[in-house]
Amino acid sequence: MPAWLSPLVAPFIVLNVVIGLVTYVTLLERKFAARMQSRIGPYRVGPHGLLQPIADALKLMMKEDIVPRTADRRVYNLAPIVFLVPCMLIFATIPFAPGLGVADLNIGILFFLAVSSMEIVGLFMAGWGSNNKYALLSAMRAVNQIISYDLPFIFAALVPVLLAGSLKLSEIAAAQQGLWFIFYPVIGQLAFIAFVVSTLAAENRVPFDILEAESELVAGFRVEYSGMKFALIQLGEYAHVIGSSFLGAVLFLGAWAGPGPEWLGPLWMLLKAMFLFLLITWVRWSFVRIRVDQILTLSWKVLLPFTLLLLVSTAFVVVWRAGV
Amino acid sequence: MLDTAKTSKVEFDYSGGERLTMNMGPQHPSAHGVFRAILTLEGETIVGVDAVIGYLHRCHEKLSETLTYAQYPSIASKTDYVAAMTSELAYVMAAEQIGKIEVPKRAQYLRVIMAELQRVASHLLWLGTWCMDMGGALGGGATVFLYCIRERELILDLFESLVGARLLYGFYQVGGTRYDIPDGWAQKCRETINLIDARIGEYESLLEDNPFFLARAQGVGVISRELAEDVGIAGPLLRGSGVNFDLRRAAPYSSYEDFTFNVPVETGGDCFARYRVRMVEFRESIAIVRQALDRLPDGAISSRPGLKSVAQIRIPKGEAYARVEGPRGEVGCYLIADGSAKPYRMKWRGASFSNLAVLPHIIPGHKIADVVAIMGSVDPVFGEVDR
Amino acid sequence: MTREQAKALIDERFSSAQVDGDAPTSAEATASRPIVVTLPVDQWTAFAQFAKTTLGCRFFSFSSAVDWKEQGLEVVARIDNLDDGVGVMMKARLGPGVSACPSLVPVFRGAEWMERECYDMFGIQFEGHPDLRRMLLSDDWQGHPLLKSYAVDTPHPPYR
Repeated sequence: MPAWLSPLVAPFIVLNVVIGLVTYVTLLERKFAARMQSRIGPYRVGPHGLLQPIADALKLMMKEDIVPRTADRRVYNLAPIVFLVPCMLIFATIPFAPGLGVADLNIGILFFLAVSSMEIVGLFMAGWGSNNKYALLSAMRAVNQIISYDLPFIFAALVPVLLAGSLKLSEIAAAQQGLWFIFYPVIGQLAFIAFVVSTLAAENRVPFDILEAESELVAGFRVEYSGMKFALIQLGEYAHVIGSSFLGAVLFLGAWAGPGPEWLGPLWMLLKAMFLFLLITWVRWSFVRIRVDQILTLSWKVLLPFTLLLLVSTAFVVVWRAGV
Repeated sequence: MLDTAKTSKVEFDYSGGERLTMNMGPQHPSAHGVFRAILTLEGETIVGVDAVIGYLHRCHEKLSETLTYAQYPSIASKTDYVAAMTSELAYVMAAEQIGKIEVPKRAQYLRVIMAELQRVASHLLWLGTWCMDMGGALGGGATVFLYCIRERELILDLFESLVGARLLYGFYQVGGTRYDIPDGWAQKCRETINLIDARIGEYESLLEDNPFFLARAQGVGVISRELAEDVGIAGPLLRGSGVNFDLRRAAPYSSYEDFTFNVPVETGGDCFARYRVRMVEFRESIAIVRQALDRLPDGAISSRPGLKSVAQIRIPKGEAYARVEGPRGEVGCYLIADGSAKPYRMKWRGASFSNLAVLPHIIPGHKIADVVAIMGSVDPVFGEVDR
Repeated sequence: MTREQAKALIDERFSSAQVDGDAPTSAEATASRPIVVTLPVDQWTAFAQFAKTTLGCRFFSFSSAVDWKEQGLEVVARIDNLDDGVGVMMKARLGPGVSACPSLVPVFRGAEWMERECYDMFGIQFEGHPDLRRMLLSDDWQGHPLLKSYAVDTPHPPYR
């Protein structure tokens, strides 16, 4: 094939798979939540509701695109895209199998963390451009919250980096051939817990979704968006959740390691990511949300010192084991 | 058309310094009905509240002067539409007090059973909507909401087999009740309340073992004892602030003195105290229903003959204030009769109207997120507020 | 504080008040019957203060009004002593053509909303109320609906 085409094949495939996955993960969440609430969930559209996400996508595409008269048009229109792109970009460094990934950078995890923080810009643009008090309030809370929780997120994600000795995600996955990092005595479990909590907060999931608390702020920064732009924002949010789930699977759950032949690797990867996703969903549908000042207290006074200590002690443990 | 010179305008802008005026409602997912609160914010802290009500005003008091004593009880349900049995009871009791009409024992026991079942159903709705406000319609709150609604449906099924209606009943008439319980109803009722009794324990542990819930509810919306009495709030709000007052104990009506039950009192005054009071009330109501079903006497269900014409009931001249301990507090009906078939004046003392009046006193100083928690624990029903 | 003690204190302090007057009352059991006190209007607030401090009636139940057509308006209020179970129903006739009354807000904070509703429905101006404006009806509504002279079926632009 022509030289300019071959580097584009992998991203194309990954992008499409991710979008398809995100669409169907919404159905998974709805079914899971419904069973938790002793109901059935989507059932009628297609057999057992399997065509529901397609129906939702079609509906959103056909909706009228409303832009508020007093909104800042350029910022308002650009915000969903600025929000979506980093959320898709995080899949670039994730290895789905040995050698199977878009770009296995040397600074793999650093790239992930840096890019995922960029969606705050899109979020704030959405809140500001809507020219709506609710949206603005929510955007300000968003910036506050995501910045506060990115730090523990990074520190928790750095623990596997220390244990594996490399920033490259495929090497971290390879280093878990013997023992998955989540099973690493004490440090692994603590780091995993801190990772999950920070992820919940960085993605605005309940119990940290004060940002879009429908009972107070009526959808927060998304309140003025409808139709396809809303779909893009939803896509971005779920893509971020899935991306973090994949990252968690790579960092803690051994990526493609699993019984059976090697070509089942990506399947195990998917299953582990789904397990993490369901864990996040399970928390979402059981907890009430906490206030914004309580969220910030939790981050700065509890989670940050905790993860810092964890990181330092991991460093000591690694050096001690290397010396021994 | 509108005389713009006489309308009052509320300006929405940055009102001096760092203050922001924000509107919450009347269309709002957690306004518990139509309610508008104009909040003045400094950052995230609220410094002023102006509560605007009246969106659901349907002139009950004027309406009652045009409807007879036979016609109005069905309309009375529409004040507190979540606990419809209590409002009807207040009206009917007021008419009976003026007319010195005896109510047979069986009717009194039936009234007690329905009132307590209604209290359980109303508290289930309160718990579900409060958790939904705090947890989000797409989140943990919705889970508790759906569980509570599932239980409430069982009680509404009981009411449906009794009266034919699920939400607004016409169960009472002056002199007794209109319907008698059908066969098998008592057995079904016992099964239902046993089931609900078991499930209440699950919800308690789901919520109270969760530190997030405790962080949202404890220390929030403290109502001091002095403020509670001064403003005139009643029911679980009053008992959550340390005042041991329950109308079923202090001024028993409709044979409540025959039953043994505890009256829960908490001294915290915050949302968590009110939550605890209502959770205990669940169990006490279930105990009362069991006692009433066990000892239900036989006999007539009304001391007046069945209704054949709307102007059949005439109440002689007099006045009375009948009060009922509803799920939200003291529901009272101040009735002045003039000897005809229609009242001369009727005033509803709505429990939620007085309860809501406490909001401008306790909200300033809290954050926005606490407004929903406080409103949920005050549990207003706007049919009663606006009438 | 029993009902008899309260009645005695009221008789002693407010000689111009009619206690448990000859208006026909209800069939409530004697002990829990409220003490109905009919006062002249100028003693309205003073009596409320007396009831709150001396009789211990700190619970403000409700306040409202009645339109007696030619005889004028009458304001009623109910306050309770929760600890002893003594209730007091205060009444005051305003006289034909009069629609002003002293406000209870300095004594009971709960009177704020109740008196606003009274003003809304009857047009009674409460002197001393901090914020007397319409409560249930919209600000541009004309007329006071619960008065017996209010025309019920006439149109009210722009609402009807």
